[in-house]
Amino acid sequence: MKRLVLALLSFIVWILLIWPFTAYGIDWQGIIIGIFSSIIVGILFGDAFTDSPHRFFEIRRYLWLIYFIFVFVWSFLEASFDFAYRVLHPSLPIKPGIIKVKTKLKKRAGIAMLANSIGFAPGAVTVEVVGDTLYIHMACLKYQDTDEATAYVVRRFERILERIFE
Amino acid sequence: MRETIGYLFMFIGVVFDAIGCIGLIRLPDLYNRLQASLKCVAMGTSFILLGTMIIAGFSPVGAKAFLCLLFVLIISPTTEHALARASYIAGVKMWEKSTVDRLKEDNVARERIRVE
Repeated sequence: MKRLVLALLSFIVWILLIWPFTAYGIDWQGIIIGIFSSIIVGILFGDAFTDSPHRFFEIRRYLWLIYFIFVFVWSFLEASFDFAYRVLHPSLPIKPGIIKVKTKLKKRAGIAMLANSIGFAPGAVTVEVVGDTLYIHMACLKYQDTDEATAYVVRRFERILERIFE
Repeated sequence: MRETIGYLFMFIGVVFDAIGCIGLIRLPDLYNRLQASLKCVAMGTSFILLGTMIIAGFSPVGAKAFLCLLFVLIISPTTEHALARASYIAGVKMWEKSTVDRLKEDNVARERIRVE
């Protein structure tokens, strides 16, 4: 099961890489090579992949993923414009510091994805993860308290990631 | 028309890349510089790739640009985190006007070094 999911994923990446849909018809050679190589990849590296592959077949999670992509892109734009403003402002309005936030996520993939998304939240970067505690460096601190910072930085990603990964 | 929109996106991307470089020079310490460079540069790079996608359309180049966009979005925060964590453990000082450092208070980094 794990191996099948991994083989499918690597086949999709392969298709995007070689893009066999040319104007003269479909390039079958590339597709056949892709099928064989993705099966080999699946057999070899299936053990190191996720431990709950049935989650890949629940459509509900993909709908939440689409919503998450919108939230993510919005936060990404917000972060970039925020930082561009801070960099270009003559008096450099930054107030950096490392704060602590808690997360409710349990799965390692979920925590990794949360840490990644915090990397694109306005002025924040994850410095260290210990269990369910994330240490975040923020360029402009608004809240120093753990609970307030959690509500401000983590909640908007966490409530969606909960539904995708847990 | 499509080319014009694509070049507009690329222009915005290059402007954001330039702002990232200015941030790299102006900001005071490593962590802030890391953020400025990675956020603005990731944004700039994704806009350049979006422009490429718009100009190329559904073609091999467009598909590769999409794949690169995905990898940039996944890999750049990971790099950001890895660099920040490594330099914190290595003892790079924060800016002297920094407000709080909860990680130092909890003394996690030092514990980890002792364990590993």
